[in-house]
Amino acid sequence: MSAELAVASAAAAAVAAPPYLVVEQVSKHFGTTIALERASLTVAAGEFVCFLGPSGCGKTTLLRAIAGLDPATSGRILQDGRDITFLPPAARDFGIVFQSYALFPNLSVNENVGYGLRGRAWPTARRTHRVAELLSLVGLSEHAKKYPAQLSGGQQQRVALARALAAEPGLLLLDEPLSALDAQVRLHLRQELRALQRRLGVTTVMVTHDQEEAMGVSDRIVVMSRGHIEQIGTPETIYRHPASAFVAGFVGHASHFDAVVDASPGTLLADGITLPCLGARKMLYGTPVQAFIRPEDVALGPSATALEGHFAARVMHQEFLGPVCRVTLQVGRLQLEADVNPSVAPAIGEVLLAALPAERLMVFPRHV
Amino acid sequence: MSDAVLPARAPSPVVVPLEARLLRFGLLLALAVLVAGLVLPLGTLLLRAFQDPEGSFVGLRNFAEYATTPSLRLAAWNSLWTAALTTLLVVPLAFGFAYALTRACIPAKGFFRAVMLLPVLAPSLLPALALIYLFGNQGMLRELLFGNSIYGPIGIIVAQVFYCFPHAALILVVALSTSDARLYEAATVLRAGHLRIFGTVTLPMARYGLVSASVVVFTLVVTDFGIPKVIGGQFPVLATDVYKQVVGLQNFNMGAVVGLVLLLPALLAFAADRWANRQRSGLLSGRAVPYVPRPRRARDLPLLALCLLVAVALVGLVAVAVWGSLVTFWPYNLNLTLQNYDFDRFDTSGWAALWNSVRIAATAAIVGTALIFGTAWLLERGAPGGALASAVRFIAGVPLAVPGLVLGLAFILFFNHPANPLGFLYGTLAILVLNGVVHFYTVMHLTAVTAIRQLDPEFESVGASLKVPAVVTFGRVTVPICLPAILDIAVYAFVNVMTTVSAVIFLYGPDTKPASVAVVHMDEAGQSSAAAAMAVTILAITASVKLAQIATTGAVNRLTQGWRAR
Repeated sequence: MSAELAVASAAAAAVAAPPYLVVEQVSKHFGTTIALERASLTVAAGEFVCFLGPSGCGKTTLLRAIAGLDPATSGRILQDGRDITFLPPAARDFGIVFQSYALFPNLSVNENVGYGLRGRAWPTARRTHRVAELLSLVGLSEHAKKYPAQLSGGQQQRVALARALAAEPGLLLLDEPLSALDAQVRLHLRQELRALQRRLGVTTVMVTHDQEEAMGVSDRIVVMSRGHIEQIGTPETIYRHPASAFVAGFVGHASHFDAVVDASPGTLLADGITLPCLGARKMLYGTPVQAFIRPEDVALGPSATALEGHFAARVMHQEFLGPVCRVTLQVGRLQLEADVNPSVAPAIGEVLLAALPAERLMVFPRHV
Repeated sequence: MSDAVLPARAPSPVVVPLEARLLRFGLLLALAVLVAGLVLPLGTLLLRAFQDPEGSFVGLRNFAEYATTPSLRLAAWNSLWTAALTTLLVVPLAFGFAYALTRACIPAKGFFRAVMLLPVLAPSLLPALALIYLFGNQGMLRELLFGNSIYGPIGIIVAQVFYCFPHAALILVVALSTSDARLYEAATVLRAGHLRIFGTVTLPMARYGLVSASVVVFTLVVTDFGIPKVIGGQFPVLATDVYKQVVGLQNFNMGAVVGLVLLLPALLAFAADRWANRQRSGLLSGRAVPYVPRPRRARDLPLLALCLLVAVALVGLVAVAVWGSLVTFWPYNLNLTLQNYDFDRFDTSGWAALWNSVRIAATAAIVGTALIFGTAWLLERGAPGGALASAVRFIAGVPLAVPGLVLGLAFILFFNHPANPLGFLYGTLAILVLNGVVHFYTVMHLTAVTAIRQLDPEFESVGASLKVPAVVTFGRVTVPICLPAILDIAVYAFVNVMTTVSAVIFLYGPDTKPASVAVVHMDEAGQSSAAAAMAVTILAITASVKLAQIATTGAVNRLTQGWRAR
């Protein structure tokens, strides 16, 4: 019954817009270690998807399986309706930018960008034209004759991008393309990358361990951990409605503490404090849980008094972050972080009222 | 469920693309060369050690005979103690020299580096011949030996010190160059004195280099044939025993046994060296700051004196050989003459031997470099791994542990076997080329692998994503970037094949005698001036090739390395 339903809804989605890239139950084993376990996802044409996770979570393994550089052990990968699971990279249709860029150091920028434009389809005139077009697209026309070592990191990254896009691939793969750059250049290039992707409409998959980067550029994010996909969703969904404790802890900043579901529905008991929590309403009394609260959601002072379940907390520590001041609060054995306006930041040692809004408290069953 | 979403497709048969098959074929070719030039000959050698001359299996009888022959046992003992003593002399000397080059402020480091390499370019016979000029029966400085004879252990050890010095010094220079200035600063800040710093920072950092250097010197001495042949007199060692058994007594089976005995210390040394190398990795972090020595007279002046002394000895010994080759009749008529260079008067092959050597060395350099660099690239980047790649990788490391004499003996036993279809190679230049390539395979292979590993590992992946065949990326990117390393490999092959004696002494035919063997023959016939002249000519050729490499480095770099400039 449910299978039929799934078929029906999936079929409806397929009629609406057939996914450009389909990854089905893909696993990758290196000897006895499992790098990737039954990963499934789809990417729509023109979509920008990020694989996000800590190092060793399998995100690069999945990207390399899609590229055919390290073919999957089992499962299926389809691109534009074509089964590419076991095709060699050269028989696929993608461009790739590596973390190191892998620019050929002995070839000029021109030669690097035109490296894949060879054979009968690319006579010299056409190739020259295309290379010039790409270099103006990434804003490097005046550097065409330089060697990679003579360019800055950001410029090298753009050459690598131009080279990957040269033959108009249907799919653009980016393996941590920004992580070798310093923070400011990274932010700037990230926006440029996104604008360029929108303009060209090329389906893009990017691997990153930087959640801010993933949130900033993606249509959807695939959060991965230890070879598994934890959650797939828009940046907002992932931030506001994490599917697991891992996602809640990994994406964005959050304080977390252990609690138990209390007797009255929708309340938690944590270190003697009763906290109202919408997420706990469907949980059984006595269930041990892990609760997460984002610092910007913690209510302090007057706004806390209006909320149910407020409590007194002592300020232990404060950290000035520019737009906000992050204070560390101690309530019994619980430690919470809260963001406040720096102009009204409480002093260390001060005791004030705090409350956790019931709809913002994220809870996940804890396995003990 | 998925079938409802996705258009059903018949699973496409897995097609191995043409390119992958070509790359695999390349690896198979490399394996074939290594099997024919190393595995099968060594296997034959092993078999022969357990057979009698008629070819029937006799078990350990040959070994028992070996162990009960006192003269053979004596040779083994002699080899061991001369090698050990040489190692004890060379390694501290080379350490001092390397320390001066890397950790002291002395002038003319470039000159000392060049002088250090001089013995590498000459056949090992050259220092032995020079010592005979100085201390031999007609030697000018014979009195300095106080009645001892240079023919025997004294001559062997002195000549070996000369011959092994650059090998030890090269390793130690590398070991001492990898230093972290921060460690020295930390030690100084903690108020450690110079001696304490030397003992707690410098020596520990260099200890694996010291192990490597000792092992290499020990192996070189045990397995070298030229020096004991020329200056050993009646003093038997393992290397000359193999020669005596095979060439003198035509006892191939006993030769095989001695060959296997010779292989033992080499194998042990090889294992020790691998161990030391494994320990060495991870000594230095990526963030290390190289150490730059500051002038300090108390350290610099003695080290400069040591360097000058070593340089005078190295250059002096070569100069004596050159001088000896130019005088009419040593030591009675010291008028200069070129008659000793009229090789056709002394040896049947004469100048043709030199021409043979150049042809063999040049072919080995060209073919060997192409084969070895190509194979290294296939192993590192081109073909997928698997059993084939592992086999090639393993066999490529073996030649380092096989002394030239053992390899040469294995070659005759294998290629001279009546049933061998490759037998037609025997006595041709081709077999000498194959021997040369296999003999020096490991070092060339490691140089190539090191150069290739410095390239971004994703070059081939980028090429594949751009639908450019790996071979094109190899030609357009890998080879141009690695050209300096490729030239190094080729020159290394040329120099070593040109100067080696031990591997080729069994293998030449009537028309293919190499110059280094001609030196041995002329010396055996008592024409030591002509022998010295031939050795000097070999040195002149290898030195010019080396100089040509240095001279062209600038041009090559301008052509292919312009991208390195920022």
